[in-house]
Amino acid sequence: MSAPPIPPNAQGLPPKGPQKKDYVARKKEQSPFEKFMARAPVHFAVVAIAFLWTLPTLGLLISSFRPPDDLISSGWWTVFLHPLEFTQLTLSNYQAVLGAGMGQAFLNSLVISIPATVIPIAIATFAAYALTWMEFPGRQTIFIVTVGLLVVPLQMTLIPILQAYSALGISGTFLAVWLAHAAYGLPLGVYLLRNYIGSLPRDLIEAAAVDGASHLKTFTKIIVPLSMPAIASFAVFQFLWVWNDLLVALVYLGGSEQVAPVTLVLRNIVGDRGQDWYLLTAGAFISMLVPMAVFFSLQRFFVRGLLAGSVKG
Amino acid sequence: MDNVSLILKALLAIALGSVGIIGIFYGLNILVEKALPERSRIKVLPWIYVGPSVLLLTIYLVIPTIRTFYLSFFDNRSEGFVGLQNYLFVLTAPDTLVTFRNNILWLVLVTGLSVGLGLIIAVLIDRVKYENLAKSLIFLPMAISFVGASVIWRFIYAYRPEGAPQIGLLNAIVTSLGFEPVGWLVNPAINNFALIAIMIWLQTGFCMVLLSSAVKGVPDDVLEAARVDGASEIQIFRRIIVPMIMPTVLVVSTTVIVLVLKVFDIVFVMTGGNLGTDVIASRMIREMFNFRNYGRGSAIAVILLIAVIPVMVANVRRFRQQELDR
Repeated sequence: MSAPPIPPNAQGLPPKGPQKKDYVARKKEQSPFEKFMARAPVHFAVVAIAFLWTLPTLGLLISSFRPPDDLISSGWWTVFLHPLEFTQLTLSNYQAVLGAGMGQAFLNSLVISIPATVIPIAIATFAAYALTWMEFPGRQTIFIVTVGLLVVPLQMTLIPILQAYSALGISGTFLAVWLAHAAYGLPLGVYLLRNYIGSLPRDLIEAAAVDGASHLKTFTKIIVPLSMPAIASFAVFQFLWVWNDLLVALVYLGGSEQVAPVTLVLRNIVGDRGQDWYLLTAGAFISMLVPMAVFFSLQRFFVRGLLAGSVKG
Repeated sequence: MDNVSLILKALLAIALGSVGIIGIFYGLNILVEKALPERSRIKVLPWIYVGPSVLLLTIYLVIPTIRTFYLSFFDNRSEGFVGLQNYLFVLTAPDTLVTFRNNILWLVLVTGLSVGLGLIIAVLIDRVKYENLAKSLIFLPMAISFVGASVIWRFIYAYRPEGAPQIGLLNAIVTSLGFEPVGWLVNPAINNFALIAIMIWLQTGFCMVLLSSAVKGVPDDVLEAARVDGASEIQIFRRIIVPMIMPTVLVVSTTVIVLVLKVFDIVFVMTGGNLGTDVIASRMIREMFNFRNYGRGSAIAVILLIAVIPVMVANVRRFRQQELDR
């Protein structure tokens, strides 16, 4: 999204004149300390906001290491009253919640998220290639419908698909959520990759065709390697989306502990054992480990996916 | 089952799901290239590439959308035709009207505050050296699931009766100032705002990151020229930066609007939609599972779809324009 190159609205600005000299003079006269003081409000605001935004997560992190009895009898900030007493911290919450189904759920989340990311990537990349470089009837219509599907609320599809899954007997299986997540992620994937592949130089693809390369060869040897940045953005976006999803898992997996991902197990702990704060804290942190790691290591791709995905519903 | 076999099973499932799909593509491709004569190959091959996508989108999005529309005219078990009764119920029953009121509150407050805050932060953060660190911290909640965020905020809103030590941050502050503790999630006058605050916490970082890249796109010489002319920073913000990044503000706002319309997890986890906090999307799930009424659930979904149609039209238009510019 680029800003239009129109001149800014200059109405209401003071007219040019003596201020010009003042401005230059002012800028020269300021000492470093004065400069810093002039910007102090900005620094204060930025630091305060960053602190405020971090505080809730920090509170959870500290809480997750406190013994169950301390958790319900005092606030997490009391840890800072005697910061050197490491005995007030423990790993027992993590042990407890891993035993209470979180370990299995962590595996399930991986089993759900990885194929639910790979499947739509494969399907979307092939489709994007065909929509850009192959001639066939209905090409434009298919793409326009896909763009339209970007914002269809997935609530719109829950009841019919659930009914079909029950009739087919695949409700509560990994296959059921893989395909559902793949389909829900597809519009974004096709849109993003089609835009990217469409921007690759035409000469390159035509040269390959002249050399007698088949479509499959052009696709695997030229298109996929060149499209890696777009594929990575979509992958990160889709992976976080699936990992953090509760709705799809809740509806299509039902209540079975065998297949439940971390979000579902965490939600069940809130619902059934909402007073067991020690399970909640450690459980929430375990559920956040993977997204946070992905976030910090692949933030660049994530931001790019978001920029492109800002049309996704 | 012991852990090792669990992990092995997980690996096998991952491999099966991931490699399987790529194998299918390769197999079909080779089959077409080897088995078909040149002329029909050119006709068939595109459909091998685009077919799976079309198939999946049709089965999972197009047909169910039409079917939900159809089901919304039927009773709770999708058997008897009831005409517009489901819509009449949804649009007139007192407790669904509360969900509409709440959704409007969510839409106005989350969109207004997260875009507004995001814009202010984006402009401020542009002026400090530790920009990247501060950005990461504010952006981080974006990686956290709604369920995880709900658990985090339970520690902010936790309520203990007066006299007992407060373990919730907000009530600890309130009581230390000498007031009575507040039931943030129970009091119907404030619980909606408490939930909305969570969403603002989650979304502001997203708005900030997008708006920040737009703010950086404002040319430096324009800003410098205004400063030389003696414009104050606030004038520069209002009269130069805001008008220039308006297109991005619109895109960000529509994204947040669509997201808010579909918000379900926060309400579902924090209050279960009780105590006057239900919103459209969580109400739909309750109709589906708690009340087993597929007709009303479908009607609510249709209303949700109608609400996002303007965004859909705008997207398709923008895409068409983009194609013309190509």
